[in-house]
Amino acid sequence: MNSKTKHTLVALVEDKPGVLNRVSSLFRRRNFNIESIAVGHSEQPGLSRMTILVDGATTAVEQVRKQLDKVIEVVKVIDISEEPIVSRELALIKVNATSSTRSEIIQIVDIFRANIIDVAPSSLIVEVTGDTDKIDSLYNLLKRFGVKELSRTGRIALTRGAGAIKVEEEQPEDQIPKAKKTKPAQ
Amino acid sequence: MKRTGAQILCESLLKEGVEVIFGFPGGSVLPLYDTLPQYPQLRHILVRHEQGAAHAADGYARATGKVGVCLATSGPGACNLVTGIANAHLDSSPVVAITGQVARPFIGKDAFQEIDITGITVPITKHSYLVLSAEELANVVKEAFYIARTGRPGPVLIDIPRDVFVEEANFHYPEKVKISGYKTTLQGHPSQIKKAAKLINESQKPVILAGRGVIISGAFPELKELAEKAQIPVITTLLGIGCFPEDHILSLGMIGMHGMAYANMAVSSADLVIAIGMRFDDRATGKVSGFAPHAQIIHIDIDPAEIGKNVRVDVPIVGDVKNVLSELNKHVEVQTHVDWIAQVEEWRRDHPVVVIRECNELLPQFVIRKIYEVTNGNAIIVTGVGQNQMWAAQHFWYNKPNTLISSGGLGTMGFELPAAIGAKVGKPDETVWAIAGDGGFQMTIQELGTAAQDNIAVKIAILNNGFLGMVRQWQELFYKKNYVATPLSNPDFVKVAEAYGIPGLRVTDKKLVVAAIQRAMEHDGPFLIDFVVEPEENIYPMVAPGCSLAEIIEAPWNKVKIKAGSQETSNL
Repeated sequence: MNSKTKHTLVALVEDKPGVLNRVSSLFRRRNFNIESIAVGHSEQPGLSRMTILVDGATTAVEQVRKQLDKVIEVVKVIDISEEPIVSRELALIKVNATSSTRSEIIQIVDIFRANIIDVAPSSLIVEVTGDTDKIDSLYNLLKRFGVKELSRTGRIALTRGAGAIKVEEEQPEDQIPKAKKTKPAQ
Repeated sequence: MKRTGAQILCESLLKEGVEVIFGFPGGSVLPLYDTLPQYPQLRHILVRHEQGAAHAADGYARATGKVGVCLATSGPGACNLVTGIANAHLDSSPVVAITGQVARPFIGKDAFQEIDITGITVPITKHSYLVLSAEELANVVKEAFYIARTGRPGPVLIDIPRDVFVEEANFHYPEKVKISGYKTTLQGHPSQIKKAAKLINESQKPVILAGRGVIISGAFPELKELAEKAQIPVITTLLGIGCFPEDHILSLGMIGMHGMAYANMAVSSADLVIAIGMRFDDRATGKVSGFAPHAQIIHIDIDPAEIGKNVRVDVPIVGDVKNVLSELNKHVEVQTHVDWIAQVEEWRRDHPVVVIRECNELLPQFVIRKIYEVTNGNAIIVTGVGQNQMWAAQHFWYNKPNTLISSGGLGTMGFELPAAIGAKVGKPDETVWAIAGDGGFQMTIQELGTAAQDNIAVKIAILNNGFLGMVRQWQELFYKKNYVATPLSNPDFVKVAEAYGIPGLRVTDKKLVVAAIQRAMEHDGPFLIDFVVEPEENIYPMVAPGCSLAEIIEAPWNKVKIKAGSQETSNL
């Protein structure tokens, strides 16, 4: 998937039971193509932060944002793809490693500034943090050795600079609607 | 003061102005039912199937504008509400559904009559609650009603475990609700409104497409002002019928698959479509790529997610329809569109929809027309789904809002009888007619018992053609008359009604139609008429699935060629 078409949405949701169910149910029934979801507590008490990676080539991103916004427990949804952001993902990769292949694997791991966190006679576990593209590249390079297991967290992201996505107390009456032309869903 | 959960629920409902609950008891709600007599201002109407309760609450809500309330027990009772809740969701009807649940220690253990109704209804409710203590119940009720009736209305479910009904807590009804994730934009953005006004002032061939949003918002005077000031023809969706008087000279009728040919032609030729409180449903638009090919589109709606969902929009305006239109009207100039109106009138003359062909047989369209004449148009018409629904939309002139109640989005057969019951309970001084097909009527026929027990004076007209009419029509037009599973062997509906204690008549002769209708109207109580109509009558005009609105199939007796937009399409 072309990384230029990936959109990152950040949603602030209430910490209530069933919220994840509502959100994933929404994605399923509207056929939204979601690459990854990462959820965790945010800095605001009672609110969790959800980072969602959407494939913009196959899904109307603006519709995802608007439909998510309708969910009562979703307090705010923003598409941060157009802003300067830092994004990271963590992956653990268990790869086959024999005495003959181990040093090559270690060299690759060093180049990517990743870490080896487990060593066994015939395998290694690599821990790598970075942008989604970096994880994809390392994984592709390690594939030819035989990857036994792969676990990825999904992307989290923050906008650069001093701004922050916050929930304001008062909502202004007339919000500026997004007047962009959107592709009609077929 | 200490109250049980059941008392808290009842008092909270009274605080919300609830007067009627449509329900059916069961184990999990027994404590609530036991408490009901302490609150005689809460009238309970016992239905015969919970689906009837949900549709009745929906019909009540649409007729009165208030929130409808239905009640069922856990397990199968809750499951039986699902169709009715989905129906209310798709048509944006404010309904609060209350279900009992097994006691808290049993939740998640596959207990007797336990079902995860909050999970099942996630896609079909605006929101849902599982109440885990009597303490939070009052707040939940206030929030539920607020969510159901504000913004774009919709159903909200409250699931209450049996032991919560019995648990005691302090009752304090909150003054306000604060729901941080729920905000509605009510005022349209000023610059968008000015942009829209500019387009309106410059257009040569504008049309207004008005939907249910106009009715929900109560924006009838504003819509009338816009139409009359700028001389713009008004077309409605099925659910928008009644938002603009149909006997007004600018009224162009209904759009869509079975809409008026001249309305579809007008949209296909227009250079500006002003869409107000409607959502471009596929029944209304036909093939989306062929919809309004020459027009720019202004879309005014309170739900931002609807804007740009189906159709590309040039000027989106998010806001409450009434507010937006009253602002918009200030910037719209007085105009005439003499040539455009003349063209539209020519289409109307050449492609009449409301002419009923002359013949000896009893036609279903004739029945609808006579109901209109006998009631003088002063009735609430509640339809089923299918041919009966379309004929009721075409052959009755609806001049007031909330006079046509129909299942548009979900298209639920069997909606007619329970929804009519709900409408009549909400508007006891109005005449309420349920128009049913013989197929759909049998889906909720048991609600005759509800009407009989509470003497709810709905008048029922069955358009009995011995078929599942709409499906048969499709089989005739697209499947070479391969009538699979559409011929119906029906009971004697009059005998069934009489078995329920409801008087009935059968009419086979068109000369006796008016007398039968009058007889029904005079009777003080529910009445059923079984109209045995022409079996293979088709509904025209029709836009076939996959076709654009310009490709109209007209009735075979209407010989004029259609010229819509720049295309010439002959009758098929």
